[in-house]
Amino acid sequence: MIKEIREPLVFEISAAGKRAGELPALDVPVRKDLLAGVPLRREIEDFPEVSETEVTRHFTRLSQKNYCVDMGIYPLGSCTMKYNPKVNERLSAHPAFAGSHPLLPEELVQGNLEVLRTLERFLREITGLDAFTLQPAAGAHGELAGMMIIRAALEARGDARKIVLIPDSAHGTNPSSAHICGYAVKEIKSGEDGTIDVAALEAAMTGEVAALMVTNPNTLGVFESDIGLIAGIVHAKGGFVYMDGANMNALTGVARPGDMGVDVLHLNLHKTFSTPHGGGGPGSGPVGVKKELEPYLPVPVIAEKGGRYVLDFDRPRSIGRVRAFFGNFSVLVRALCYIMSLGPEGVREIAELAVLNANYIRKSLEGDYHLKYATPSMHECVFSDKLQKEHGITNLDIAKRLIDHGVHPPTMSFPLIVPGALMIEPTETESRRDLDLFIGAMKAIAKEAKENPDVLRAAPHVTYVGRLDEVGAAKNPVLRWEKKP
Amino acid sequence: MYPNDLRYSKDHEWVKVEGGEAVVGITDFAQHQLGDIIFVELPPVGKELELKQSLGVVESVKSVSDIYAPVSGVVAAVNESLGQAADLLNKDPHGQGWIARIKIKDAKDLDGLLSAADYEKFLEGLERS
Repeated sequence: MIKEIREPLVFEISAAGKRAGELPALDVPVRKDLLAGVPLRREIEDFPEVSETEVTRHFTRLSQKNYCVDMGIYPLGSCTMKYNPKVNERLSAHPAFAGSHPLLPEELVQGNLEVLRTLERFLREITGLDAFTLQPAAGAHGELAGMMIIRAALEARGDARKIVLIPDSAHGTNPSSAHICGYAVKEIKSGEDGTIDVAALEAAMTGEVAALMVTNPNTLGVFESDIGLIAGIVHAKGGFVYMDGANMNALTGVARPGDMGVDVLHLNLHKTFSTPHGGGGPGSGPVGVKKELEPYLPVPVIAEKGGRYVLDFDRPRSIGRVRAFFGNFSVLVRALCYIMSLGPEGVREIAELAVLNANYIRKSLEGDYHLKYATPSMHECVFSDKLQKEHGITNLDIAKRLIDHGVHPPTMSFPLIVPGALMIEPTETESRRDLDLFIGAMKAIAKEAKENPDVLRAAPHVTYVGRLDEVGAAKNPVLRWEKKP
Repeated sequence: MYPNDLRYSKDHEWVKVEGGEAVVGITDFAQHQLGDIIFVELPPVGKELELKQSLGVVESVKSVSDIYAPVSGVVAAVNESLGQAADLLNKDPHGQGWIARIKIKDAKDLDGLLSAADYEKFLEGLERS
């Protein structure tokens, strides 16, 4: 096999004087005075100069080396990489939305405000919470805003408290958010079945504890079935229950966190409610709260007054603004479009099919890969490399080999309570055929691990680059091109 | 595999007692689980540590983990060479990859640590699960 030639950087194919287009000669008077006094750059040093053909081919070739959810299954556990319907893109790009400036006066953006209010109403209905802010820019930002709301409510009672409890199966961002909010984090160990050990929680739940941060279903894909009991224990000692809603894809239209005793929740609209997010954003992490916490929501809150929408800044107990303007508005439009095009039955089907697909994969692979926790799983399942380790094969080798099968690898080495984890979340959008392609690839790799492990250790074989120097990339990252002297 | 002159915690730290000081590092099992280590955050010399308090952070290509003080006391010295060569934790975890020396406050803390044989038994239990 011939190794593909490395795609050069656009700077490396640059040659002085090349250009993509030619403008006609100026036939109007020159008005240099319009920009008098404005600091202008005469030229950008080393700005690449390429022809139209070169620039088109360069970026097209790069795009073809990418993998995306429009090409195939993308089973990254806890990331909910579902297919994103194109109608969402079309609507959010509509000039009426995309062209409206965030500083326009209220009376000119009544439609946009109606979008936000309607989305809030749907999110309240889906989660069982009483009020929402749509400002936070992504999940971890929502966590911080939510914890600030809890802190503000406790401070209003005269005791901010000191500790936040977090199970070892929670999302990794939870401890960071609690810490940034000034709390010490205490870890609660999982029991044998991978859920919160209620006795351990009860022992840890003192009057010093501000909140329990729980991810439900947790990162093992297991539903915390004692959540009602757990919420009761936390509430009895005056604490709040924060739920990380990143795994909401398992629950939509079936179960509501508000009914489980959750006081504060963030959603990841870019995951559950469909926005392309593989490139790291933009996201959206709305926070929902129970009535008691509503006064602390960020400003402005959208209110209705005399048949019009207005922005209410007069909220003395608010934690303040957490994001400029109204959050990532285009993501909010996509989420509303997604919910309205699915309707109530469709929203319920998200969860039903997501859980069905994950269990189909789990059942199909349980003889080939080790399952540390036998507890039934919801929208994702966590295998490990334990059986393959006997042949010297690790989860990294399995993940790299999947790339040769044209499949994006699952989340690896997380959650930490499963050594050598492979965390698989297919989402509801995969067809039986696509699920079978993934299962077939995983089975072929399990067989190779026994019969021909060296192939796995050297994988991937058919990609543009092979194994990367991860240590080198972390220690000495080369972040920009520099002209060779 | 695990040296007999060291004692071990269930959080996978090792301790070597030298005079009134405890040399502390992470075990071979820990470095193996973490994978290639790229960065170690060391505590300031003179810092007082309670038992099980975080004394530093190890960052690998896979994860970021706290190192917990296996004994209480005051940080007497840290292994400065880890700043340039964090991979010593992978290459020689029980020797050149030591992390800190702690002046032991309460020798009773040592009673809570495992012998090499008991630590190996503990690891076997983990492997089975």
